[in-house]
Amino acid sequence: MTFWLVQIFNGLSFAMLLFLLAAGLSITYGLMGILNLAHGSYYLLGAYLGLTVIKNTNSFLLAILCAIAAVVVLGIVMQRFFLRRFYKNELAQVLLTFGFLFMIGDASLWMWGGNPQVLPKPSVFEGSYRFGSIVVPSYRVFVIGLGLLVALGLWLFQGKTAVGAVIRAGVDDEEMTRGLGINTPLLFTVVFGVGAALAALAGVIGGPFVGVYPGADIEILLLGLVVVIIGGVGSLKGAFVGSLLIGLLDNFAKALFPEFTLFTMFGAMALVLLLRPAGLFGRK
Amino acid sequence: MRLPAIAAALGLPVVLALLPLALSNYHVDLVTQMMIYAIFAMSLDILLGYTGLPSLGHAASFGISAYTVGLVSLKVTSVFWLVLVAALGASVALSALLGLLAIRSRGVYFLMITLALAQLLWGIAFQWRSLAGGDDGLPGIHRPNLGIPVSFADAVNFYYLVLVFFVLVVGVLSVFVRSPFGIALKGIRESETRMMSLGYNVWFYKYLAFVIAGAVAGVAGMFAAYHIGYVSPADLGILLSAKVMLMVILGGAGTLIGPALGAGIIVFLENVVSGQTERWPFILGAIYVSVVLFAPQGILGTFKSKLRRSADR
Repeated sequence: MTFWLVQIFNGLSFAMLLFLLAAGLSITYGLMGILNLAHGSYYLLGAYLGLTVIKNTNSFLLAILCAIAAVVVLGIVMQRFFLRRFYKNELAQVLLTFGFLFMIGDASLWMWGGNPQVLPKPSVFEGSYRFGSIVVPSYRVFVIGLGLLVALGLWLFQGKTAVGAVIRAGVDDEEMTRGLGINTPLLFTVVFGVGAALAALAGVIGGPFVGVYPGADIEILLLGLVVVIIGGVGSLKGAFVGSLLIGLLDNFAKALFPEFTLFTMFGAMALVLLLRPAGLFGRK
Repeated sequence: MRLPAIAAALGLPVVLALLPLALSNYHVDLVTQMMIYAIFAMSLDILLGYTGLPSLGHAASFGISAYTVGLVSLKVTSVFWLVLVAALGASVALSALLGLLAIRSRGVYFLMITLALAQLLWGIAFQWRSLAGGDDGLPGIHRPNLGIPVSFADAVNFYYLVLVFFVLVVGVLSVFVRSPFGIALKGIRESETRMMSLGYNVWFYKYLAFVIAGAVAGVAGMFAAYHIGYVSPADLGILLSAKVMLMVILGGAGTLIGPALGAGIIVFLENVVSGQTERWPFILGAIYVSVVLFAPQGILGTFKSKLRRSADR
């Protein structure tokens, strides 16, 4: 029993990390048809920048803020000066964002070296909680809480605010939304920036338990893609459910049959595709 | 075919056949590698350029063949023809299976699904240590044994073996893309609904194109394994799938010679630049970005439209 509870708990914290990543990936594709393979680079860069800031200032909060600010600027530059020119041209987007993935990955290797690194936890969350026989690190509780908070915030934003309504309209029919006089280019940039910010946040808060290393960008990107495919492109709910599914599955697979973690994950995705080609919550 | 095309069709094999006389062993090896990746790029072009199916998992068919070469030649037999049948059989069987899952989707879904399916195989190869060697892959693959008194451990002899297959692939694919089947694929690329209303079974055409492209990629994967004598999970991975896509776009999708040219350029640069600097991934990334920004039609495409423009004048 204890084993299962601990695994569920670890799976949940990883799932929240995946959600931060997949939410941006899913909405940018759903809204503006941009498949951004450099999304994993935002995570990588967020983690490395966070590491540098923590080392210099010892402040986890400052690390989060700096990482987000820098990555958002990068994301907006990419979107406004490059991706925007290749609207609905998926092949160009793939090659372009893949190019950025390589360049950012290699530049990071140059700056931060090839050794895997772990971000220090904020000192407030050094301890752990005890529930009977179960010990859970308080940092994981923080990650789960933060993830749920962001999910709730995004859900309220998309479901209850005017801007959210515009985004939903944009996902459904971008051309019609533009026809109604809504400034979609600005909206695109804002949403893209939010997606980049969430990925950078994921990088910093994932740093203490996932770590950061060369190749983490592609690894995390693939996980994000699997989540998006399972959940359905453009759906926040899909990204959330998909993240829970993959986060838990990944943890149980690692604990039960470590030889086949990658297989179970991509296998689950293949299964969903077979039964529901548009994903669990996707529309076609 | 127009006259220059015929001249090129006859001239190219002759030039390639004479090349080893002028080159050092190192360069013969380099051209061998170029031809192998040219075969791979042309196979993706059947999907991407002719049928309009952007596969980001094309390394799956390449890698499964390379792994089959590794497993069969290390554990079963070194007889080339048996290895060939096994490797191509594996590629065809895999493509037939993956095609069932992937073909019904299109656009970006097709892209993501092919990517994910290829990563599934990568995951198996990466983690299945007892069979596939895991992260280390399968080293120590010997050059093929054709049962004739010629050693293919020799760079020049191996070059000619690859050349024979390269010319064969170029020939077969040139006929293929001009056949009614190939023209139907172009029709599907331009408008699926129109082809459907003309009574074509679009799914079946795409599916067959997927399997054929997989088989040709298998030829490339087989020789790649023989060439470097080593197979690793990277032969199945996303980096290779993206690289072959770059080769196709760089050269010019929808022309067979373009992707072959693109493959030659990338292989050449990779060998030359990574000898000079550690920053090859950065430069490769910059090439991806530059191609999209400055030559989205590829080298041949840009060249062609320039020709057309000057002819109009």
